[in-house]
Amino acid sequence: MNAAIIDMILNKRTEIDGLWSDEIDEYKSTTSAITPYMREQLNKEFLSLLFSHISQGDISEDGTLKRFFDKVLRANMPLEYLTQGLQSFRRIVLEIITEEDIQKDAAFEIYRQVDRWMDPILNSVVENSSRLWERTVSIQKSALLELSAPLIPVFQHISVMPLIGTIDTERAKLIMENLLEGVIQYRSQVVLIDITGVPVVDTMVAHHIIQAADAVRLLGSTCILVGIRPEIAQTIVSLGIDLSLFPTKSTLQKGMAKALEVTNQQIVNEK
Amino acid sequence: MDIQSCVEVCNEWDIVSARQLGRNMAKELGFGNVDQARITTAISELARNIYLYAGSGKICLEPVEQMGRKGLRIIAVDNGPGIRDIRKVMEDGYTTSGGLGAGLPGVKRLMDEFTIDSTIDSGTEILATKWLR
Repeated sequence: MNAAIIDMILNKRTEIDGLWSDEIDEYKSTTSAITPYMREQLNKEFLSLLFSHISQGDISEDGTLKRFFDKVLRANMPLEYLTQGLQSFRRIVLEIITEEDIQKDAAFEIYRQVDRWMDPILNSVVENSSRLWERTVSIQKSALLELSAPLIPVFQHISVMPLIGTIDTERAKLIMENLLEGVIQYRSQVVLIDITGVPVVDTMVAHHIIQAADAVRLLGSTCILVGIRPEIAQTIVSLGIDLSLFPTKSTLQKGMAKALEVTNQQIVNEK
Repeated sequence: MDIQSCVEVCNEWDIVSARQLGRNMAKELGFGNVDQARITTAISELARNIYLYAGSGKICLEPVEQMGRKGLRIIAVDNGPGIRDIRKVMEDGYTTSGGLGAGLPGVKRLMDEFTIDSTIDSGTEILATKWLR
C-alpha cells in the first residue's frame, strides 16, 4: 500500500477501532467457551495486529499473524470469527476513507490497494484452518487404524479377533492382513472373529468376512464367527447371505468352547 | 418430524452417516431392534450401491403415513449410468463388481415395499418403505 493511504487509515484509527469493535461484538452467534474478557483481549490483539500489519508492511513473513490465527482456531473459535473480522475491517476502512471528498480515480486506487492488502491475509486464514483440520483428520484416521483389528492369541492354537465399529474397504483389507499374518505367527488352528461390536452387517461386510474366513481355511485353520446378535442374524438371512461355509456361534464363550473342542484342549478346575 | 432428511453420498464415510441418520429416525418412529437393523442395513446397501456404481447421489429419509399406518421411506437417487437390466439385478447372486450380488434383492426382502426406476445414462431412483407394525 502506498504511504498516503496508510497515513489515511492510521489517522482514522480510533474511529475504525470503535466501529469494528461494535460490529464484531454483534457477531456472537456460536462463540463457544470463551469469556467476555478473553474475547475482548482477542479482539484487541486482532485489531492491533491488523494495524501493525498496515503500518509496518508485511509482518506475515515472521509468522506473527499465522500464530495469532492458529491461537484463535485452537481456542475453538469458529473460522467465521476471523473471516468476518477481516471482512468487516475492510468494509469499515473503505467506508471511512471514501467518506472524504476524493476523486473517483483515487477512490478506485484505494479500493484496489486495500483489496490487494487484504486478500493474502484472508487466503492465509483459510489455508491455516484447512491445514489444521486436515491434520486433525489424518491423526484421527491413524488413531482409528491403530485400534482397528488386533489378533489376540488366547490359548495355544486359539486366537481371537474382536471387531468393533464400522468396516470399510480400508479396514477390511487390514483385517485380512492381520488375520493371515497372525494365524501364521501364532500358529493358530482356530480363529474366532467376534462381530459383537459391528453395528451393521451388510453384503459388503459379509463378503469381506467370508473372504477372510476362506483365506484362513486355505492356511489350514478354522474360522469361527461369533457374536451374532439376533437382529443381525435376521438381516443376514433376509439378505440371503450364505454363511454355512464355516461354523458360527452366538457368543464368544460358545465359540471358545467349540475352539477348545476342535484343538482337543480342556479347561480343568484344579482342586 | 415429517420433514425429509437427506444425506449426500460421495464417499465411504457418507454411507455411515446415512445409516446413522436412518437408525435415529427409525428409533424415533418407534421401530423395534430388528426393524432398526433391517432399515439401517437397507440404507447401507443402497448407499453403497450409489457409491460403487454411480459415484455420487443422495439418500433421503422421510416418515410416511398411509391409512393410519406409520412408516419410514428410503429414497435413493443418483445420476449414474442407470441399470440396463433391472430383472437381472433383482436376481440373487448377480453382480458386476465381484460382490455377493445380494444387495438389491436383499433390500427388497428387508423392506415392505420396494420400487426401482432406472433410465440408462440418466440415473436410478429407488423407493423402499418399511411399515411400523
